Amino acid sequence: MKGSEALRSYHAPVWDEPIVLELGREGERGVIQPEVEEEIRRDVGDARSHIPAEMRRKSPPKLPELSQAQVLRHYLRLSQQTLGMEFDIDMGVGTCTMKYSPKVNEELAGRISEVHPLQDEDTIQGILEIVYKFGSVFLRQISGMDEFSFQPGGGSAAAYNNACMIGKYHEVNGELEGRNEIITTIFSHPCDAACPATAGFKLVTLYPEEDKGLPSVEALKAAVSEHTAGLFVTNPEDTGIFNPEIDEWTKIVHEAGGLCSYDQANANAILGITRARDAGFDMCFFNLHKTFSSPHGSSGPGCGAVGVTKELAPFLPVPVVVYAGGKYHLDYNRPHTIGKVRGFVGNVQVVLRSYAWAMSMGAEGLREVAEVSVINNNYLEKKLLAIPGVTKPYKSRRVDQIRYSLEKLRDETGVGIDDVNRRVVDFGVQSYFTSHHPWIVPEPFTPEPCETYSKADIDYWAEVLRHVCQEAYKDPERVKGAPHNSTVSKIDSAPLDDPERWAMTWRAYKRKRGDVRR
Amino acid sequence: MSDRKFVHPYIPNSVPGVKAEMLKEIGVHDAEELYAEMIPERLRLRGSMDLPRPFPAEHDLKKHVEAVLSKNVTCGEYLSFLGAGCWQHFVPAVCDEVARRSEFLTAYAGGAYSDLGRFQAFFEFQSLMGELVGMDVSGQPTYDWGSSAGNAIRMAARMTGRGEVLVPRIISPDRLSIIENFCQPSSTPGHIDIRFLGFDPETGTIDIEDLKDKASSKTAAVYFENPSYIGVVENNGEEISEIAHENGAESIVGVDPISLGVLRPPAEYGADIVCGEVQPLGMHMHCGGGLGGFIASRDEERYVGEYPLRLISVTDTSREGEYGFGQCRFDRTSYIGRDQAKDYVGTATALWAIVAAVYLSLMGPKGMKEVGEAIVQKSHYAAKRLSEIDGVEVPFSGFFKEFPVNFNGTEKTVSAINKSLLKRRIFGGKDLTLEFPVLGRSALYCVTEVHSKEDIERLSKALKEAVK
Repeated sequence: MKGSEALRSYHAPVWDEPIVLELGREGERGVIQPEVEEEIRRDVGDARSHIPAEMRRKSPPKLPELSQAQVLRHYLRLSQQTLGMEFDIDMGVGTCTMKYSPKVNEELAGRISEVHPLQDEDTIQGILEIVYKFGSVFLRQISGMDEFSFQPGGGSAAAYNNACMIGKYHEVNGELEGRNEIITTIFSHPCDAACPATAGFKLVTLYPEEDKGLPSVEALKAAVSEHTAGLFVTNPEDTGIFNPEIDEWTKIVHEAGGLCSYDQANANAILGITRARDAGFDMCFFNLHKTFSSPHGSSGPGCGAVGVTKELAPFLPVPVVVYAGGKYHLDYNRPHTIGKVRGFVGNVQVVLRSYAWAMSMGAEGLREVAEVSVINNNYLEKKLLAIPGVTKPYKSRRVDQIRYSLEKLRDETGVGIDDVNRRVVDFGVQSYFTSHHPWIVPEPFTPEPCETYSKADIDYWAEVLRHVCQEAYKDPERVKGAPHNSTVSKIDSAPLDDPERWAMTWRAYKRKRGDVRR
Repeated sequence: MSDRKFVHPYIPNSVPGVKAEMLKEIGVHDAEELYAEMIPERLRLRGSMDLPRPFPAEHDLKKHVEAVLSKNVTCGEYLSFLGAGCWQHFVPAVCDEVARRSEFLTAYAGGAYSDLGRFQAFFEFQSLMGELVGMDVSGQPTYDWGSSAGNAIRMAARMTGRGEVLVPRIISPDRLSIIENFCQPSSTPGHIDIRFLGFDPETGTIDIEDLKDKASSKTAAVYFENPSYIGVVENNGEEISEIAHENGAESIVGVDPISLGVLRPPAEYGADIVCGEVQPLGMHMHCGGGLGGFIASRDEERYVGEYPLRLISVTDTSREGEYGFGQCRFDRTSYIGRDQAKDYVGTATALWAIVAAVYLSLMGPKGMKEVGEAIVQKSHYAAKRLSEIDGVEVPFSGFFKEFPVNFNGTEKTVSAINKSLLKRRIFGGKDLTLEFPVLGRSALYCVTEVHSKEDIERLSKALKEAVK
């Protein structure tokens, strides 16, 4: 169906593709293994003779048997049924900074694919230099922090890393038993609550004031005590609201004896504008797969780049990449190290891409990234608030993104955000990020129009939402019955939570539902 | 500052005229005016960041980065026998092709209506891993083997309400350190006590008597690996699991899945939870960036309910015969439960799950059997050649892919030997001397299907000279 004049006619690919385990015929081969030379075979004999009898596999795993072109075709079809960022105006997925990942950086990242992390330091000077400089030059200027680790494999992993460091800090000071509480805010990412909890802390969560959308300083003062181990917050929060009293917050927590960790997942529009160190934080982390352009990879591999003050550098996970005597080294000498949160140095190919991106920008370019992002966001706001049914809870100006509400639309039409989310994909845009839980803002959605998107992109995206909202008033059933132009029809979610019917593997599916369905 | 004439190819609205139009619509003069409304002056960074001159031209950038990277040596240029948690295996070109696909590479958090293919690929990853390890449930990948072991141990602790885990003394120190963090500091309420199991000096396998002594009603789980950190195949898996079960504990087995075409699936020797590393299944080493972990278990509510990970389930749709996909019991995860959730979950290594699914589909049952056999034959051939060198000993038999090589019979330290090999463009095995003094002057050698007979002869010859 054709939308309003401005909207394009779109239909997602529909391959009706079977599960890979339904494909192929016995005997087909996708790939041949490297040769085992005859001399080796003769010399060592049957491989089975070297495996203890009770440990030999008796029946082969029931993997599919497919030729190479058929495997490739299957996965290319699945890829076509995935709306990657590069195919659409992907600004609906807020808090995730869906920016362009330059192609040249993929080429460069490929240059370290055959490097082993335990090679002699002299043979990995190139990648160590890049890791070191990305931290000690770029992130130091951006955050004001002194030393950096790239070991955590994502943002949550970095929050967890920081929670472990705070634990270790209080343990070294003999205070961990008493200092067992971490304070966070409900509009900070859930990892800022979950990761300290996994590291052994109790959480105190602050809720926003009705008018401001931020918790008050008084609420924080009431929350701190001799039990306070630290503070974990995002700023701007997931609402896009920047806490202007953040330096007062860190001061209050410091006076109570706690440390402050800054989740900089939402840093894109404040690069070169305001710094973690100047707001009084002891540590922070950046999601390199968000702000620094490394591709999201369908959800990793990413990198949570951790920055700390000099005082906390002894607690960093090992090894830390350092520069001394004209060479780069892997430094394991950190007296209070938390040890490791991930193997080796981390996802250094992600750091390499981020370095290349930052080197293409420079100071002026990074500042431009921030400024254009804040302009894009405020421009989009003008467009969206003109659409019937869309409201913006809390009055204030926003930085990188805004958490809007479709509560009015739902009350007036019965069409809520979940319906809208199924309908927008009919126009070739990615479904929206709603909100983390709980939904403090009812029927939420959170677009983040970062610097990648042109004015025309933003206009189109807003036009899609206008069309769907207008449709909700005119023909609500059309929206509720969506999607109409997608890969798949309406999905039944009931089996997902039912032990009798859920199936995380094909073998479980066959067991529960009987044999193959087609 | 928005009057600057800086136009960057990655920033369409850096065009001054466009920016001016947008600012006019917003009703402000420049970005500065917006920031001034939100961020107090005292928190503002004034002046420019002190950064190197950029390379906005792609050609110049590439030249610059390539010049820096040229200081690296790769395992394609030198001959490598390094493993110890990251291994050099054959990566089929189709794996790289799919890994580079724009759709998978740049997708992130969309739903099944826009990203059905991604959800199906994850379900297939879970399904293929399930076939390999013999389990009915698996989830989205974790960061690496260490974090999957840490998550599995915490699952077991919650399931049993107990606070002690038994792990082998011979374990990767990196992995152990990751597990220790997952087990929390001793003064915190959720702390899990780690107790170590000794090993049989003859075989390198777990000392069963020690396990019997230590397993008790306090034990949440017995965690062991196949193959172990030093490559030894643990042949008492069944007995270890039985002892765990007799004490009401869970049996957790960590595996290198590339072994599972020839080694018995852990479910067959009593494992309740299986975890391990997916890097061997089609991922390049990426200087350690190729790691990704997995967890699998029985299909019972008590296991499913404790997973911290996203679990993708197949389901029905409103069209007969069509597959839909969604998240099973998503309220378990920290995205919903915050601090009340089962541990934490976040962006981990989803792209590697897709690549692993491609790898296993290409390999099939025959490919997995052949690669397992090739690794056994080549690594045992290498061990035989090396142990023929005077003063060099391979203490354990019955290993898979990796084996310690002991140099106590020579005058040389491992470090000196490796320096000497390096001069001959060979990366020798990882030095175990400080990690496990009990093994003497040893190095952990890794031989996979990619090593040819010629490579092994070259190592043997170089080592002969190096130990002199």
